[in-house]
Amino acid sequence: MKRLGVLCCCLLFLSLLPVPRLHAQQTPAAGTASQETPKAITERLNQLDQKVAQAQSSADNAWMLVSAALVLMMTGPGLALFYGGLVRHKNILAIMMQSFALMALITVLWALVGYSLAFGGDGPVIGNFAHAFLRGVGADPNPDYAGTIPQTTFMVYQLMFAIITPALITGATAERMKFSGTVLFMTLWFFVVYAPMAHMVWGKGGLLNASLGGKFPTLDFAGGTVVHITSGVSALVCALYMGKRVGYPKQPMPPHNLVLSFIGACLLWVGWFGFNAGSALASNSLASSAFVATHFGAAAAALSWSLAEWMKNGRASALGAISGSVAGLVAITPAAGFVGPMPALVIGFVAGIVCFLMVTRFKAIFGYDDSLDAFGVHGAGGTIGALLTGVFARAIYNPIYGAENGVNRPTGGLDGHWIQVGYQLVGVAFAWLFAVVGTIVILKVVDVVTGVRVTQDQEVEGLDITQHGEEAYNLES
Amino acid sequence: MMKLEAIIQPSRFDSVKDALLEIGIEGMTITEVRGHGRQKGHTEVYRGREYTVDLLPKIKLEIVLADALVNRAVETILKTAKTGKIGDGKIFLSRIDDAIRIRNEDRGENAL
Repeated sequence: MKRLGVLCCCLLFLSLLPVPRLHAQQTPAAGTASQETPKAITERLNQLDQKVAQAQSSADNAWMLVSAALVLMMTGPGLALFYGGLVRHKNILAIMMQSFALMALITVLWALVGYSLAFGGDGPVIGNFAHAFLRGVGADPNPDYAGTIPQTTFMVYQLMFAIITPALITGATAERMKFSGTVLFMTLWFFVVYAPMAHMVWGKGGLLNASLGGKFPTLDFAGGTVVHITSGVSALVCALYMGKRVGYPKQPMPPHNLVLSFIGACLLWVGWFGFNAGSALASNSLASSAFVATHFGAAAAALSWSLAEWMKNGRASALGAISGSVAGLVAITPAAGFVGPMPALVIGFVAGIVCFLMVTRFKAIFGYDDSLDAFGVHGAGGTIGALLTGVFARAIYNPIYGAENGVNRPTGGLDGHWIQVGYQLVGVAFAWLFAVVGTIVILKVVDVVTGVRVTQDQEVEGLDITQHGEEAYNLES
Repeated sequence: MMKLEAIIQPSRFDSVKDALLEIGIEGMTITEVRGHGRQKGHTEVYRGREYTVDLLPKIKLEIVLADALVNRAVETILKTAKTGKIGDGKIFLSRIDDAIRIRNEDRGENAL
């Protein structure tokens, strides 16, 4: 009690001390105001405007650079670990190498022509070469895309999306695709499927661009169609084209190290904040809204997948829980910046159940070997998410269609704009079409040039040894 | 000289090793193996598909003994490795023609 009394006395004493001014004077001293000419005042206001803009740009740029780093982390090591743990130990290096190679390969392609093809010009389907070799991409913002950050930042942020999208496909081709075939396939796929799709949904003049007046405005905040549907559906096509792994489905091929997959999944969840919230392209309330929706979607889906598994198998597995969270994250990707937190929970919950059924029932019924469930999670999750985005989008979170007479135009079903679901269907259809047709053509070409699938002997021996001359685990040394 | 091979439950290994040490048997080679006799495995579920894992982890002990020690070794192992359930394992005995210590080239039971 005595000590409490001493403490109170000290606090009282401190509160009575004069406090030094910690902030700069905001009002000019009385004497100068009457001597300033209107021109000087205007000059000062302009300078103030500039400083405010600079401060906003700094905040936005800081967040965007961090987001870009987070998205890259999703590929390496997020996806590499997630997939790596799911394959048999003789194939882990191969699948990690495929993700890593893309980090390098796509970067170079993007720098040379990729960015330009995706975001240059104003064509309906594809960009142009205006920004080839990153000409014109520098410190100045590109007002069409992200008006407060250097275009360099926007370019490098989008690059990270271009990297992870093809990496997702490796999940379906795992344990049996040649490395040379993979490299060639991904290069072609980038040009034939990713660049056009990215341009149509996010590029100026794009047919499906909701914010820049596309003919079939598809709400796709962070890439449900561009990233997940394209890669997921392409994954299915690859799986069907290549056929089943030797021994599938009779021989059990359980994950060799779920610990790695667990770590990977957690890195994906955290990284996804950069993927979704970063798609606000600014450090503002939309980023906050997207961040929350992302997180809620992941959580709800992890729960619903686990629930479904508990009901079906009597137990909830770790693999199921992490797969569920990924499914939720996939589904919320197109919706993140358009829907509220409660719909995010609903979208996540639905995605968990749907993807669980895709992966356990649908795959078994149709018998295709989508090794790591790239289609079941990304293809299906992306489709479901894109459609539900049309249902749950509300202008109050993101008035993407602008305003008329001071009132925001409605965005989705909850605003009464139910036609948006129709537009979402169009966007989804485009993604499916490009993925299916593009992938079939590319596979044929790759098969002729390098071959797509390894030989049976190579497959049995393992890709690490046969494709890369390495063993991942040299436990005796 | 006899070779004693025992396949036992991994959970019983520490007790068996300590008990053998107590009766004066110090030299042994241990391998971690997988196998089964009549013991059923367990079912795992992967992506909705159930499959049985029927190769179960066991410990294999290999000991080369002087004839005089064999019976006591067998009794000790039986006592400490037994749980009474299927999957306890087996002991195999075989004759050894010779044993040689590498360090000083001793032969026969001197080498054990």
